[in-house]
Amino acid sequence: MAERLLEVRDLRVAYATDGGDVIPVDRVDFDLDRGEFLAIVGESGCGKSTLMYAIARLLGGGLPGEILGGSIQFHGHNMVELSDRQLRHIRWRELSVVMQSAMNALNPVLSIEAQMRDACKAHSTMSNGQIQARSEEVLRLVGIDPIHLKSFPHQLSGGMRQRAMIAMALLFTPDLVIMDEPTSALDVVAQRSLMMQIKQLQEQLGFAVIFVTHDMSLVSHFSDRLVVMYAGQIVELAETRQCFDAPLHPYTQGLLEAFPSIRGEKKHLTGIPGSPPDLRRPPEGCRFAPRCPHVHERCVAGPPPVYDVEGDLVRCVLYDRDREAVNA
Amino acid sequence: MSDPLLRAVGLTRHFRIGGLLSPKTLHAVDDVDLEIGRGEIVALVGESGSGKSTIARLLARIYRPTSGEIWFEGREITNLRTRRQRLAYASDVPMVFQDPFSSINPAYRISHAIQRGIKLHRRELSREQRRVEALRVLDAVGLVPAEETFRKFPHELSGGQRQRVGFAQALAFRPKLIIADEPVSMLDVSIRVGVLNLMNELRAQQGVSFLYITHDIASARYVADRVLVMYGGHLVEEGPTEDVLARPKHPYTQLLVAAVPDPRAPLGLADAADTGEPPRVVDPSEGCRFAPRCPLAVDICRTVTPVRRELGPGRLAACHLAEPDELKESAA
Repeated sequence: MAERLLEVRDLRVAYATDGGDVIPVDRVDFDLDRGEFLAIVGESGCGKSTLMYAIARLLGGGLPGEILGGSIQFHGHNMVELSDRQLRHIRWRELSVVMQSAMNALNPVLSIEAQMRDACKAHSTMSNGQIQARSEEVLRLVGIDPIHLKSFPHQLSGGMRQRAMIAMALLFTPDLVIMDEPTSALDVVAQRSLMMQIKQLQEQLGFAVIFVTHDMSLVSHFSDRLVVMYAGQIVELAETRQCFDAPLHPYTQGLLEAFPSIRGEKKHLTGIPGSPPDLRRPPEGCRFAPRCPHVHERCVAGPPPVYDVEGDLVRCVLYDRDREAVNA
Repeated sequence: MSDPLLRAVGLTRHFRIGGLLSPKTLHAVDDVDLEIGRGEIVALVGESGSGKSTIARLLARIYRPTSGEIWFEGREITNLRTRRQRLAYASDVPMVFQDPFSSINPAYRISHAIQRGIKLHRRELSREQRRVEALRVLDAVGLVPAEETFRKFPHELSGGQRQRVGFAQALAFRPKLIIADEPVSMLDVSIRVGVLNLMNELRAQQGVSFLYITHDIASARYVADRVLVMYGGHLVEEGPTEDVLARPKHPYTQLLVAAVPDPRAPLGLADAADTGEPPRVVDPSEGCRFAPRCPLAVDICRTVTPVRRELGPGRLAACHLAEPDELKESAA
């Protein structure tokens, strides 16, 4: 049995808006083992990025969003309760984040070298020589010539910037790297080569990955388990292969039918009609009910419980036959 | 084949970059020939920076070509003289933009967004006729009930709905060809297919042709009759979509097809070694622009720019090594 690295329990996050609180992450539970690759997929506005920010504690204080309740156990700490000072020892060293848009996440007026030095100085007591050596080492890891340490972000291509971000995240070889759509600004060819590289690095260095994406097909060959989020809730959590071969939740089934395939028979697709609910006023019952092809009275009567279907978790009353709900 | 709706010959667009002391030329589009037939959906596929958006802007007359000609319905349109001619062309060939969040004015209702275009391009219509026409196009793109959408502001619509407004705006001009520049790339996966289906419906019901610009070759397969593949400003391959994707001739097309994530197929590790980047074509020398990344490149590729050759019915590719259909079949 692999060692547990992260435990998220009953996590709730709120954003204050003029029209009342929005709860983009509503009672989310999941675990992550050491060295595991977990993908979180969902549409824009489903709360997947907020969940990631909550885990990295990038909410609250001066930033929008507030953790209302729940716990995030990481390395024996409850991340929710840590002070900024305590967080500083964890960030970068044990947990790092790769942001979506490398052009915005990197400082445009500093060279890659200077930005790496900043991170090292803030989180360690490494000497300048050590920093230099380590910076070169991580760039080589991601396949960038160390000559680019002197480059500025605008001198690198989109793929290289994203690689440089990943290199920075690996400066201290953390146990957990959180990636928020690192490939979404890239085209298919660069996208795939970056995915291959992330997977290779992960196997080589043994860190765990939480990979947030809206493109389910992208992670099909890379992630161990898959979390499907819809309107702030986890609707399905399953082994990746299982999820693609036999999706349980009608939303997952819809997502898999929504994108055209490059091979095989060409068939007419319908996508998922409608759009996600307004999270200020989520539907009473199942949040997917208004768009669901299998909807019936029970779906709108009350929130559906989570069922364990041979190890996979699914939030849908279609699976209530002879099964006990996992938690209420 | 009957006369095509739109034909471009030797279309080229260069941009001057660099300072006064080091002037350079960026070759965004070089010597592209293309044709779009009536009622045809043509996909233009390539990586970012391959020049596909530049082609869209050249065809929409946002940029002037450095050289080359564009013929629309048998008339040359690169040097239209009068405002009337330019307006007429703009309403025949409107564009739908990539970002539905910034392409509609947030301060006005949808009614304004659509009727304003009609007012400019179809002056013969009365106020009431404009309204009827606007409701008709909203209905045609599936924003029903149209009366209700009419009164809404852009922020009340989802991304997919806004993109439909973009198509409705284009449709209100009674266009012959709609240039859609990455119309679905900013949309969620679950609603993308709805917009692709819309293009198909509009073609069937209104007889509009489309130039569908995308980097997602799988979606090109879903809607397009023909596909054009661009690399580094050159058109490297073209042909009927199914045929090109089943048997890509150009090594770049092969790479592109192989790179599409396909959960239904096993992961091909062998052909994943490519870590190359698409080139920025600045002051290029002779030779194939894909040669530095090409697994098959031989000496001639680096010194002689390959020309597009016919390699089968409707199939063209610009590669020294690509073989025509007949040869392969007789060898087999």
